[in-house]
This record gives sequence, C-alpha cells and structure tokens, in this order.
Amino acid sequence: MSIEKFLSQSISNWMNGEGPHSDIVLTSRIRLARNLKDFMFPTLFSQEESKRVLNYVEGMIPLLVEYPLKKVELLKMDQLNELQKRVLVEKHLISPNLAKDAFNGACLLSENENISIMINEEDHIRIQVLLSGLQLERALEIANTVDDQIEQHVDYAYNEVRGYLTSCPTNVGTGLRASVMMHLPGLVMTQQMSQLIPSINQLGLVVRGIYGEGSEALGNIFQISNQITLGKSEQDILFDLNGVVEQIISQEWAARESIRKTSEVQLEDKVFRSLGVLTNSRIIESKEAAQCLSDVRMGIDMGYIQNISKTILNELMILTQPGFLQQYAGGPLRPFERDVRRAKLIRERLILEKNK
Amino acid sequence: MLCEECQKRPATLHFTKIINGEKTEIHLCEQCAQEKGNFIFMNQSPSLTINNLLAGLFNVNPSFEQKQQETIQHKDLIQCTECGMTFSRFLKVGKFGCPNCYPTFHDQLTPILKRLHGGNWKHSGKIPKRAGGSLFIKKKIDILKETLQTLIEKEEFEKAAEVRDEIRMYERQLQEGDV
Repeated sequence: MSIEKFLSQSISNWMNGEGPHSDIVLTSRIRLARNLKDFMFPTLFSQEESKRVLNYVEGMIPLLVEYPLKKVELLKMDQLNELQKRVLVEKHLISPNLAKDAFNGACLLSENENISIMINEEDHIRIQVLLSGLQLERALEIANTVDDQIEQHVDYAYNEVRGYLTSCPTNVGTGLRASVMMHLPGLVMTQQMSQLIPSINQLGLVVRGIYGEGSEALGNIFQISNQITLGKSEQDILFDLNGVVEQIISQEWAARESIRKTSEVQLEDKVFRSLGVLTNSRIIESKEAAQCLSDVRMGIDMGYIQNISKTILNELMILTQPGFLQQYAGGPLRPFERDVRRAKLIRERLILEKNK
Repeated sequence: MLCEECQKRPATLHFTKIINGEKTEIHLCEQCAQEKGNFIFMNQSPSLTINNLLAGLFNVNPSFEQKQQETIQHKDLIQCTECGMTFSRFLKVGKFGCPNCYPTFHDQLTPILKRLHGGNWKHSGKIPKRAGGSLFIKKKIDILKETLQTLIEKEEFEKAAEVRDEIRMYERQLQEGDV
C-alpha cells in the first residue's frame, strides 16, 4: 500500500451511501483524543520531542496485529506535497491543522480508510473512525478496540478526576468527539435551520459546516457534534447525540413533505434545473456544484429522480473539491481551470451513470 | 468621509450598532477600529476558533479589573514544574503544555471546566487499563457487584457464585497491588 493508492482510490468506504438513515445522515464519526504520559503536549513540545512521539508510534505499528488494525499504513506529513495533503483533508482523513503546521505530523490509515490515527496534531494521538450513515455506536466500538490495542503498548496521560488529559480543556475527560454529517435541504429551504441551531447548542451540541470549525454549510450539509466531553460517559454522549439526530431527521422529512404539499412543481423544477446544470454546464464553481448536488440528492431521496445513485453524489461532493481536481490534473490549476474541469468531471460521471 | 476617532485618515469601515432599538452609525479607519477593539474582523482572524474564544471565556468580568489583576498575579506564582506553563499564559493560549498542568492548576481549572462542560468537572467515562490502574479494577468490581445483586434477586445462584468468585479474584488483585 502507498500514498498513491490512498490518493487514487477516490471512494473511501464512508462514501458508499449505506448504513441506517443514509438518506439524511452521510457519515458518523468518532474521535478519541489521547496523549502519552511522559511527553509535553504538541502546543509546547520541541521538534525533537515530536520526533520521539512519532518514533514511539512508528515502533508500535508492527505490534498492532489484531482486527481492525491488521493492515495500516503510516503517512508522514513531511513526505507529502501540499496537494497530496489537501486530498487527504478533502477525504476527511486528516485535519487541516495536521496538514498545515504539525511538527512531525503523521497519519496511520487503515486499508478501507475507516480508521485514521493522527499523530502530533493538537494531541499526540487522535483516533478517528468514519462510517457511512448513522452508526455512532459501531464507530465507537471500533475506536475503543483501536484505543485498547494502542494502550497495551503505551502509557496514556490520564488522571482519576479529569480523565484522559488533552492539550485543550475542551476535550478533557472522555476525549470523545462524536459527529454526524447531515444533509438538510428541507430545513434550510423552510428557514428552520437558524431556529434549530441555537436550540441544538443548548443541549450541549454544536452545529458546523462540512469541513468542521469555521467552515460554511456548503450544499446544505451540517455537522452536529457533542461539545461536552467531561462528566458524561461515552455512552451518554452518544445517547444524547443520537436522540437529537433522530429528531432532526424527522423534522427534515416533515419539512420536505410540507414543501411537497405546498409547492411541488417549484420543488421538482428546482431539482431538475439543478440536474440540468450538472449535466450541461461547462464552467461550474464549487459552491454552485455543491448546491446543485444537494438539490439532486434530495430529488433522489424524494423519488423524483430514479436513475442516479446517491453514492455518485457523495463521490462528486469530494471529487469536485480543489485538491482532488488538481490531483487528477496532475498539477496546480487556476480557479477558472478548476471550474472547467469540475464541470467536465460531473458531466462525464453523470453520463456514465445514465448509460449504466 | 474622515474617521470619527482620529479625524485624520479616511473612514474605510462602517458599523451599525443597534442597542435597545437605538441605531448608531460608526465610521472608522482600519487602525482606529483595531485600537478600539470592539469588533471582530473575521477576514483578519481566520483562526477564530474555539481556542481563541476560550481566553475570553476564562476571563472574569472586566468591571473587576483590579481584582482580576491581583488574581492573575497570584495565579502567576503557580507554575507547572514540567513545562513551565503559568496560569495566565494558559488563559492566553487556551491550551496546556503537558499532562502535569492538570494537577498543577487543579483548583483554578475546576470553575473553567464547569463552564465548558455544562457544569461537569469530574470524569465519569472510560478508564484505561494501564493508566487507570487500581481504578479500573475498582470500577469492574462495582459493576460485578451490581450484576451479583441482580442475579441473587433472580435466584440464579449458580451464576451468582461465578460472579462472586470473579469479584474475589479482583479484590485479591487490589490487595496484592497486582494491577
């Protein structure tokens, strides 16, 4: 396995569009933040110490022989170019921070890309499990297995009162961030999202855009995650998040049905216009592409479009990001060139689907 | 239009402030606006993340400025022996330097954790096998005791005996310090 493989393999397992509630819930993600006992946190450690952390983890890899870590690959950030790192970010396998300025940053990836373990990001070790659809419990189960395996070989920084010690006190305790990526065009169209966000916040949960903190809700995709990591058990955190997510799913469907009732023609028009744009345009910006893909996806969910699979759309959401487009082109592209390539890629992919 | 503050440079930034329905317009140059510091420039601070906001959250009400100054000076006397982090530096960066910062700033940290984690300050989740040491065993014994109680209530004595033996084994481990 090599970096080329991770980059050429455009579809990660999490994009397969399967799993419970996969019409609304794109992915479930679990992240566990862990630190080694006798090292400074990445905020303060020297380049030398960061190297020691990386060596430590590297030395451990041959010992990780049990499921689900049988086949893992270590990707060191200083051996990748900017474009390669960007592609990993777009596939949600590493964070922008790791790509940008980590000292001796690295990432341990499982073959199917469901598990990625970031080294020397904000914490020494960040275990991430990404699954398609609403499968938080399953993802936590996998993350816990990985965590237990790693703990057999290292001493974690842990304290009886505060739990797992993390660089930032917002993660201390369980070190668990559970996130669900949801496609909510109905709630956006009926302008309910702005009311929903504050009430979700009151429940100790956060709503963000698709690429995490500070990013925009491109293509009506929102990420909902727990804010509180201390004082609640991992199971309680998931229980609360699951409850809210299920509520949002039913509200999203109610919103879509109410639009269908009051303005079905307009809705169908929106869906098919967007399909028209995707299949015919010669220049398309990422924002417009994301919006059109969102409309078409909703059209599939609501039964207006039958001959296109949802997987295609998950795939296109990722493939049309700047990093991926440039990866395919084999070098840097100017924004205009990207818009042209994006339009071509979407067009060709949808035609391929039609002729299937 | 000239900047309302310095009356020298041209006003390039225009703000509308609405307080209790009363609308005020403010026209400033970039330099004065920054000095006034009332506004957050999203384009100039793309890294406005939760960590940056932490510093604000940690700080006490500014009307107690003097008191706060004293507290900070007092807090500054405490320093992490491992990494040299002081509490006021932590308030600025929002992150700790090493695991030892947690016991070092234990007292100051509790109110902050309460604000960040919905009133919680004490961990009640997973316990790692190695680092958790005896705690892991104690927790296991607690769970087994609950199971034992249920089994006795259900009159499943054979299973209960197995669980009792398991509890004894763990208790022995605890006594022998073999964890």
